[in-house]
Amino acid sequence: MSRHLDIDVAIIGGGLVGSSAALALRGMGFSVALLDKGFCGAQASGVNYGGVRRQGRPREQLPLSQRAHAIWPRLKELIGIDGEFLRSGHLKLARSEAEMAALEAYAEAVADQGLDLELVGHNGLRERFPWIDGSILGASLCAGDGHANPRLVSAAFASAARRAGAHVLENTPVTGLTRNGKGFALEAGEGIGLSARVVINSAGAWADRFATDFGEPVPLSRIYPSMIVTEPLAPVMTVNIGMEGGGIYARQVERGNVVVGGERGLPLDDPDFSRPRGAGALAIMNRTAEIFPALRHAQAIRFWSGTEAAMPDRNPVIGFSGTTPGLLHAFGFTGAGFQIAPGVGEVLAELVRDGRTPTPIDAFSITRFSRPPVPPENHDRTSHGSGAGPHPEPQSRGAST
Amino acid sequence: MSERPQPLIVGAGPAGIRAAEALVAAGLCPLVVDEAPACGGQIYRQRLVQDGRSTKDLYGSEAGKAERLHAAFAALEGRIDYWPQALLWNLRDGVADIAVGGTSRRVAYDGLVLATGATDRVLPVPGWTLPGVFTLGGSQVALKAQGCAIGSRVVFAGSGPLLYLVAWQYMKAGVEVAAVLDAAPASAKLNLIKALPLDPGIVLRGARFVAELRLRGVVIRSGIEGLRFEGEGRVSGVIWREGGRERRLACDGVGYGLALRSETQLADLAGCAFRFNQRDRAWLPVRDAAGRASVAGVYLAGDGAGIAGADAAERAGERAALALLEDRDLAIDKARAVTLEAELARIGKLRDALETAFPFPAHWAETIDDATTLCRCEEITAGSIREAVNRLDISEINRLKAVSRVGMGRCQGRMCSAASAEVLAAATAKPLDAVGRLRAQAPVKPIPLALQLAADLPEAAANLPEAAE
Amino acid sequence: MPLLHRIARKDHPVIAFTLDGAPCEGRAGDTLLSAILNRTESLRRTEFTGEPRAGFCQMGACQDCWVATETGERLRACTTPLQPGMNIVTGTARVA
Repeated sequence: MSRHLDIDVAIIGGGLVGSSAALALRGMGFSVALLDKGFCGAQASGVNYGGVRRQGRPREQLPLSQRAHAIWPRLKELIGIDGEFLRSGHLKLARSEAEMAALEAYAEAVADQGLDLELVGHNGLRERFPWIDGSILGASLCAGDGHANPRLVSAAFASAARRAGAHVLENTPVTGLTRNGKGFALEAGEGIGLSARVVINSAGAWADRFATDFGEPVPLSRIYPSMIVTEPLAPVMTVNIGMEGGGIYARQVERGNVVVGGERGLPLDDPDFSRPRGAGALAIMNRTAEIFPALRHAQAIRFWSGTEAAMPDRNPVIGFSGTTPGLLHAFGFTGAGFQIAPGVGEVLAELVRDGRTPTPIDAFSITRFSRPPVPPENHDRTSHGSGAGPHPEPQSRGAST
Repeated sequence: MSERPQPLIVGAGPAGIRAAEALVAAGLCPLVVDEAPACGGQIYRQRLVQDGRSTKDLYGSEAGKAERLHAAFAALEGRIDYWPQALLWNLRDGVADIAVGGTSRRVAYDGLVLATGATDRVLPVPGWTLPGVFTLGGSQVALKAQGCAIGSRVVFAGSGPLLYLVAWQYMKAGVEVAAVLDAAPASAKLNLIKALPLDPGIVLRGARFVAELRLRGVVIRSGIEGLRFEGEGRVSGVIWREGGRERRLACDGVGYGLALRSETQLADLAGCAFRFNQRDRAWLPVRDAAGRASVAGVYLAGDGAGIAGADAAERAGERAALALLEDRDLAIDKARAVTLEAELARIGKLRDALETAFPFPAHWAETIDDATTLCRCEEITAGSIREAVNRLDISEINRLKAVSRVGMGRCQGRMCSAASAEVLAAATAKPLDAVGRLRAQAPVKPIPLALQLAADLPEAAANLPEAAE
Repeated sequence: MPLLHRIARKDHPVIAFTLDGAPCEGRAGDTLLSAILNRTESLRRTEFTGEPRAGFCQMGACQDCWVATETGERLRACTTPLQPGMNIVTGTARVA
């Protein structure tokens, strides 16, 4: 079964970044193929916590984040569903004076960015959020932030891209990627060949292989944030909760389930993942019961996790390749990709069309990882892809992953 | 590491008991973890207190087996560690997380025998969530372990050997059995001829149940279609079609089931490979004739690894334990192992024959009404599942779960995964095995957020290396 | 009329408990599910549609019989032995 596609843009990785780029590019009239080695949105995009949050991002991410912020309320018209997006507000908790000082410093540092942060003291918390334990000293509220359902949003972006005319090829791993005269030649799945003028590498935790093959290795590591969901509960939590300095993050969905995540920043966290995760899940659960006393008898009914790409400076890689014309990268969102992904998709489409974007993204250039830049001698490099077959092993096996 | 950790047996039904016995006989001291307060599993489940009924009253023709198993387990006291009322909720890297006595304990094990048993397999029909409708197994538990009938005028419906057994047990207990409604056509029972030489006893017993039910005037219908249960707030009647005509019968209790479904969640968490089993229409953990799973040191026995019944479970439990011993280079009675495997093969043939006599009505899945609840926990209808399949072009069961929530609730798909796979396969015109397998997640059953890690956490267990992703 | 009917243990010792604020009686050897369903027509109401349920599998698998104590502690009725003085709240399980 062989098949050939001649298209403007080939996108490797059907996560939220890839599929929103596909949708935006279709809107501009480009022909697009969206390739995923498994199912679109089945990895980090679909199994993340679901925070739609600007608060807490480093200053350089905020213009992009604000751009995405404008997209979230328009999901229904864009992809046909609202993705359970709730503009609930995001409340970041401080457990100590030092953490409160950090929240204050952040609010001051990003005061010109339009987040409208509101610092809430202990008394204010007791009054407005009485369901939070009294041991919490204060918090910072970003009323415009919220949360959404990643399972639905990611699948719906890919499905909207398909309806808009993108070739969505699932269970189709890219096995060969070669730069040739006019663009790229791709081999994918079972005998599928593609010619594309532009390639977008949005392969998430698998993106580093493609970057490396084009002479720009990146210090990408993998993280596995752990999530827990409770049985459906009476409405308790009115905002999406985060914690300064890490710990847990938690939100309650409209159906009543409370979703809790937490791993990085937990005292039990160990950068080399040496601590068993069953105990880790219990620690997150116990912490939730402590911070939200109303949940102390609630039951955890399911855990899950995903594989996410992390960069050492916690900023993503977004923009043109430093070595290869026509190649764009967008990966490494370090556990904070969900909210900005729809904005990244638009930015990528602009880069394809115009070669530039009005949104500042210089901080995310892949060239920040290259040592003294050496001009590549040969653009015609070959990548053999991830080699991963279709139907990859579940990224979410038990408590563990 | 000074000493090898003890083997862990999950489940104290027929398979778990015989496995424990064989390990003890070889000088090992396994830990047996079981959710129930007493041994026996579901089939030989014990009452919480004595109630004046004899074991013969409870277990009928199987009373001797029940007594022998209970006695065998009692004889192991002091030579095994036994944690009843304990939930093994997660498995990873040779460590089990077990909720017991109000805390969670991390237990390192060396050798894992999974004897996790089965529950009823069901397909949703209108009214199946009404109070008064229980599974066939549930109806039996109520009667056997609790001495309670699920109604005063009861209908039993579905398929599988349990259908007639439970109906007969209710009749014997003095409960009015209004009808037995068999999904299989009457002609299917001719296949029992194939089972006759393999186990005459079981076939003749079945025939006796039917004869005695008929003698008492119980309505027995075969090849029923369009089954539904009706009632306001509780079940008050059963409706079905036969020969193109609709029939209706008043009742105040229903036992419903379509044979059994293996509990495979722990095998999944243990990393075992699965293979689609055409006879059971289910994905089952791969095992060899001795019960070895694809993961070294994991052994599978009993109905949890494929439906074969209690007699097979006893043998498979013992055989799995022998395999564990062999793999530890301990001497075993090789002749015994051969005998057990031969008996298991014979019972396997018997199950094949029984399956053709009690076939699963797969075509019911295609006709589940759109308004019928398919996922009891999340209250997802069959129609909304079909809508998601069509709207998002879903072809795989875990994707279906992600977009529709089917199987995401408290039961983790135990009650709906068979049905959702059948509905997905029917909606996409694919064979059942092509829509994939619902992956298990920890915790396998709900656990409280406030569940504390037991203080006696061994240091070795606390610093296990993380497995490669 | 209650859902379940006793065949055995009719004369076993009475165990007093409280069900949704009302005094109630079970018998020694009852699970919580049996004790409740020997008095009532259903066990709880579902979270999303509010329809009545009364358990289903009676063996701890279907998770359709969770109730709570008055302090919020969750109990799976079919696998919990009835204890004297239990104060059980059914309704929906959305008791936080």
